[in-house]
Amino acid sequence: MAKVRVLVAKPGLDGHDRGAKVVARALRDAGFEVIYTGLRQTPEQIAEAALQEDVNVVAMSILSGAHPHLFPKVVNLIREKGMDDVLIIGGGVIPETDIPALKEAGIAEVFTPGTPTGDIVEFIKANVK
Amino acid sequence: MDIVEELLKGNRLALSRAITAIENEYDEAMDIMKKLYPHTGHAFVLGITGPPGAGKSTLTDKLARAYRAQGKTVGIIAIDPTSPFTGGAILGDRIRMNGLTTDEGVFIRSMGTRGSLGGLSHKTADAVKAMDAFGKDIIFVETVGVGQSEVDIVKAADTTMVVLIPGMGDDIQAIKAGILEIGDVFTINKADHDGADKLVREMNMMLDLDGLMTDWRPPIQKVIASQNEGITETIENIEKHFKYISENGILTKRRTERSKNEMLDVLHSNIGSYITKKLVESGKMDEYVEQIKARETDPYTVVSNVMKDMLK
Repeated sequence: MAKVRVLVAKPGLDGHDRGAKVVARALRDAGFEVIYTGLRQTPEQIAEAALQEDVNVVAMSILSGAHPHLFPKVVNLIREKGMDDVLIIGGGVIPETDIPALKEAGIAEVFTPGTPTGDIVEFIKANVK
Repeated sequence: MDIVEELLKGNRLALSRAITAIENEYDEAMDIMKKLYPHTGHAFVLGITGPPGAGKSTLTDKLARAYRAQGKTVGIIAIDPTSPFTGGAILGDRIRMNGLTTDEGVFIRSMGTRGSLGGLSHKTADAVKAMDAFGKDIIFVETVGVGQSEVDIVKAADTTMVVLIPGMGDDIQAIKAGILEIGDVFTINKADHDGADKLVREMNMMLDLDGLMTDWRPPIQKVIASQNEGITETIENIEKHFKYISENGILTKRRTERSKNEMLDVLHSNIGSYITKKLVESGKMDEYVEQIKARETDPYTVVSNVMKDMLK
């Protein structure tokens, strides 16, 4: 009866959440429970919501360019809270050249514009703990 | 991590893991509940129900802040619907409560209905108990957006607040049975919209006609939750109701009824799964199903016989 729970969040200040909503809907249709927290979340809010909701996955979307700073911060805060097995993924307008550093920082995968939502679902199914 | 020990020490991750175990019906859930039960019974449980889009989450956010200002700790369980087709859900109540997330005195948990039809999930009552044992002073249970008949919340809450908004129907709606009967306190949200005063009149008419009414006449408060208007008055109404039920023995009666329901729920579910398991293991399940399908026997006879065999 275990159900995959995913927190979908938008860290930082950009106000574009269409992509996050499309992903949230696709994850819902894949049978996941999606906790949608909306725009302008601080890393502290995202990490604490992940803890209270005991999610398996945290999926973040950024279109502002603040990903090199915010993504690793969220990873660290979540790990500090003792949630070692949470799968953390990111998406949005992210240059290819930035991706290796994000993966190094603990982002399991980065999905850039044009990714079919089915790929995200498959990635979660294959990697969730 | 010893979930129970850590939860009782105030570890938020332990509370979170306990609710997951309960919700997913993990094997250890029953043991966790057994150990937590002696620590429950202290929290005040406030039910918040009403149609989709009435502003339940926004109102919960504002009420929770007001209780925090009084120094009380708050637990919130917010329920949203699970898809009957995919089993997936969008749990979006937190979006109205983001300002509470980093307040350590508040713990918010979103739950999907997972097939339950009464406005709650099957495991809401146990999640309330986990928060109660954790030490929360007030626990809000926000139902899914309800229609007319999802009234399970009254079994889980000490005080039930029904949130309505103007423009959803005429005075015939106000005399129908269902959720309008369960409000201990009524809140008319979005009171700056047209029709708020008319709705207050219709609700009053409904209450005037209530032949079963006790000494408690449910108050009706106009509120604009997004602007924090009417929140103080709403809290006063909730507190007046709690005082009333405490002083008149109604709270004791409700909690006795709840204890009985808790026991019966566990009884039904455990006996049901015990017998089902035995039938499947012995291969009798398939045998009976075939016989019933061939009209050699019927479900009523089968169950009578099974009960005679197993529950001697």
